Amino acid sequence: MGNKGFRKWVAAAAMFFWSIAAWAEYKLNLQTPNTRLGETIYDLHTIITVICFVIFVGVFGFMFYAVFKHRKSVGHKAAQFHENTAVEVAWTLIPFVILIALAVPATGTLITMRDASEPDLTIKATGYQWKWGYDYIKGEGEGISFYSALSTPRAQIDGTDIAGRNANPNYLLETDNHVVVPVGKKVRILTTAADVIHAWWVPALSVKQDAVPGFIRDAWFKAEKAGIYRGQCAELCGKEHGFMPIVVEVMEPAQYTAWVSTQQKKVAAAKVDPGKTWTPEELKEQGGKVFAQNCVACHQATGMGVPGAFPALNGSKVVNGPKDDQIKLVLNGKQGTAMNAFKHLSDVDLAAVLTYTRNSWNNKTGDAVAPAEAKALR
Amino acid sequence: MYAAHTNDHGHDEHSHKPSGIMRWVQSTNHKDIGTMYLWFSFAMFLVGGAMAMIIRAELFQPGLQIVKPEFFNSMTTYHGLIMVFGAIMPAFVGFANWLIPMQIGAPDMAFPRMNNLSFWLLPPAALLLIAAQFAPGGGAGVGWTLYAPLSTQAGPAMDLTIFAIHILGMSSIMGSINIITTILNMRAPGMTLMKMPLFCWTWLITAYLLVAVMPVLAGAVTMTLTDRHFGTHFFNAAGGGDPVLYQHIFWFFGHPEVYVIAIPAFGVVSQVIPAFSRKPLFGYASMVYATASIAILSFMVWAHHMYTAGMPVEAQLYFMYATVLIAVPTGVKVFNWVATMWKGSLTFETPMLFALGFLFLFTLGGFTGLVLSIVPVDIQLHDTYYVVAHFHYVMVAGALFSAFAGIYFWLPKWTGRMYNETLGKWHFWLSLVFFNVTFFVQHFLGLAGMPRRIPDYSLQFAEFNMISSIGAFGFGLSQLLFLYIVIKTITSGEKAADRQWEGADSLEWTHLPSPAPWHSFETPPVVK
Repeated sequence: MGNKGFRKWVAAAAMFFWSIAAWAEYKLNLQTPNTRLGETIYDLHTIITVICFVIFVGVFGFMFYAVFKHRKSVGHKAAQFHENTAVEVAWTLIPFVILIALAVPATGTLITMRDASEPDLTIKATGYQWKWGYDYIKGEGEGISFYSALSTPRAQIDGTDIAGRNANPNYLLETDNHVVVPVGKKVRILTTAADVIHAWWVPALSVKQDAVPGFIRDAWFKAEKAGIYRGQCAELCGKEHGFMPIVVEVMEPAQYTAWVSTQQKKVAAAKVDPGKTWTPEELKEQGGKVFAQNCVACHQATGMGVPGAFPALNGSKVVNGPKDDQIKLVLNGKQGTAMNAFKHLSDVDLAAVLTYTRNSWNNKTGDAVAPAEAKALR
Repeated sequence: MYAAHTNDHGHDEHSHKPSGIMRWVQSTNHKDIGTMYLWFSFAMFLVGGAMAMIIRAELFQPGLQIVKPEFFNSMTTYHGLIMVFGAIMPAFVGFANWLIPMQIGAPDMAFPRMNNLSFWLLPPAALLLIAAQFAPGGGAGVGWTLYAPLSTQAGPAMDLTIFAIHILGMSSIMGSINIITTILNMRAPGMTLMKMPLFCWTWLITAYLLVAVMPVLAGAVTMTLTDRHFGTHFFNAAGGGDPVLYQHIFWFFGHPEVYVIAIPAFGVVSQVIPAFSRKPLFGYASMVYATASIAILSFMVWAHHMYTAGMPVEAQLYFMYATVLIAVPTGVKVFNWVATMWKGSLTFETPMLFALGFLFLFTLGGFTGLVLSIVPVDIQLHDTYYVVAHFHYVMVAGALFSAFAGIYFWLPKWTGRMYNETLGKWHFWLSLVFFNVTFFVQHFLGLAGMPRRIPDYSLQFAEFNMISSIGAFGFGLSQLLFLYIVIKTITSGEKAADRQWEGADSLEWTHLPSPAPWHSFETPPVVK
């Protein structure tokens, strides 16, 4: 190799490393973990991958050596050896030992990962088709409860607002309400679901736990740094599976305390006077909001549903029929279909959304469902 | 025997075959049935492939451009079902039909009429899967795993899918009984079990796996059916059931199913690599034992597909240890193949290229499998594109590449004609490059946090998805070249020699002409 050849080689190597630098913009590895446990898992993944890579290079080093040196076209004559007990025992035992070496650290990490005891804060995450509900069950903030749904505008998704989508760094990873937790505290997440299986997943917090209807599972994390961490539902849960993100906001303790008090004030302020009489107009207005949060994904804003899959409410016999039948259907759901029970809605919300459907689009029943009527049928 | 039989093959006294379409409908001949299995599987490969193209077209860019989410979910579901049950499994049953009687020195399969039935159950099942797309509400967008309770709330397409799976299961069980009986009872004198070509061994083991697990799947989908229509609550917590029960039953079938697909692929590669190395398989006996160990272990690891579903930590530990153990016999196989090539006299015709592609990429898929077996790491990667990449390395670069290797290898024997070597090599290199463009980048997507089965994704995943889609279109188009090569071979290929490959030493090459006669061995050969 002359001087010229050498320089060429250096240039090629430089090109190669430059191209790796250019690849830095592409995410090639796990997200940067924000928990101690996450760092352990990150390292565990690195170790396994490196070990696999070394073995891979070793084994295929042999193969490619054979491919280039033991080919007929270079005149190599086939040896006829086969079977060799020593070699065969070696290549059975050596991998076995390597696997044990891998399993040991993995065991320790797993046992830590599954120990959700003595949490500082317990939050229940409930999967719904297709949003999450959160209840702060124990610890600072106890009693706070809210739903959290995708807040990316529909226009960005369906392509009517492509510019908006391209300018949105959190496209599909943003919600109307964040799950707020304090930094440095052990947060236990209880997962469950109301309809089908979902999975609560935030990569940077190293938590992924299925939410199984009728059962409670748990997982935990202790965030190291404040910030906003985003994840998604990780178990196929139907049509809008790709559109029910999870956003966790980790706050400094003082900020968290402030957040808790505003939330609690909001809850107090929003507490509806049970004696309040709702006018049909108020119910319909409130019902529109409830519809947008709970019903629109299937029954559509036009009330036309999706032919074959989700029935139209516009002109529906049930919606235009007796109130009691419609209340029962929404309360209990319809077995064997995607229409789930909506028992979790309050009497007012239930009455409001029914009033809305009975008096929207071409439906003009002219009546209103009173919260008391919904309550009576529970 | 048949009303409309002709006897134009005068040289072959036993060819009582009707002509035209009835030859195929009524066929009890292992070669005709093998041919039908292979063409059927290729047709399904194109249907499943078209679905993959729709998936990749939608994922080409962020946003919902082409299809609605519910249709997208249906595509991922039926792409999986059709590729697994319609394309890959029947392809290897086609190989079994063609090759087992020839390789053990038998005239045909043990139960020729049952053989006919097990093939002809497939088209109705395929029609049900396709018809499901047109059921009210469209196909069932529940994933190929058909998890409850999503499957109990799906539309009527789900019922069609359940019946299709019942029929496919019956077909598989009958085919397996036939294979087991043929291998155990119809070997030529002197052909002891430990002298059989490895392909026969892998199918013997696979057939036992199928007989064991297909009824389990049938049970799982039947429970889904009764939950849907007859008021049972197997998978409904409100009625005392448990949705996770479905997953346990499904994966008790599902993990052995992975090996139902992989083990015959091992068998094909174990024929091809020694032939082109001109050297016997390094460790025949250890290959047989390794295959059997893999099959037995496959029954004990099912819950590694459900580490996030919730189970006691002790159970997670057990399933992790059992799963990593599979790496031992799998490693033995890989080492054996490499040792077979070592100091051989290698040539690189298309079958060998595909076998090496298999070896290289299947091993890569095996390593990502090892990464996924470690519970804490799997919990990060479960249900992401990392998993999608992993199983496509095993299923496409593994099973499909091995099937291509087998088809190029035996096509001269089956048709009596040679394929075009240049075009075959083009097919290999195009498939290899586009396969990796499609699936290698999906590892990165999964690591960065992109869930699988989503029709739209956040912008950080845009670049790799576009690369992956371009690869997928290229891979899809490359397979049309394969169709062209096969048709051209059948219609106008050059005449093949009886022993086309000098290194091939099983009975079909050493004792039978090309193309192989209607009945393989009317008088059994004597094997020394």
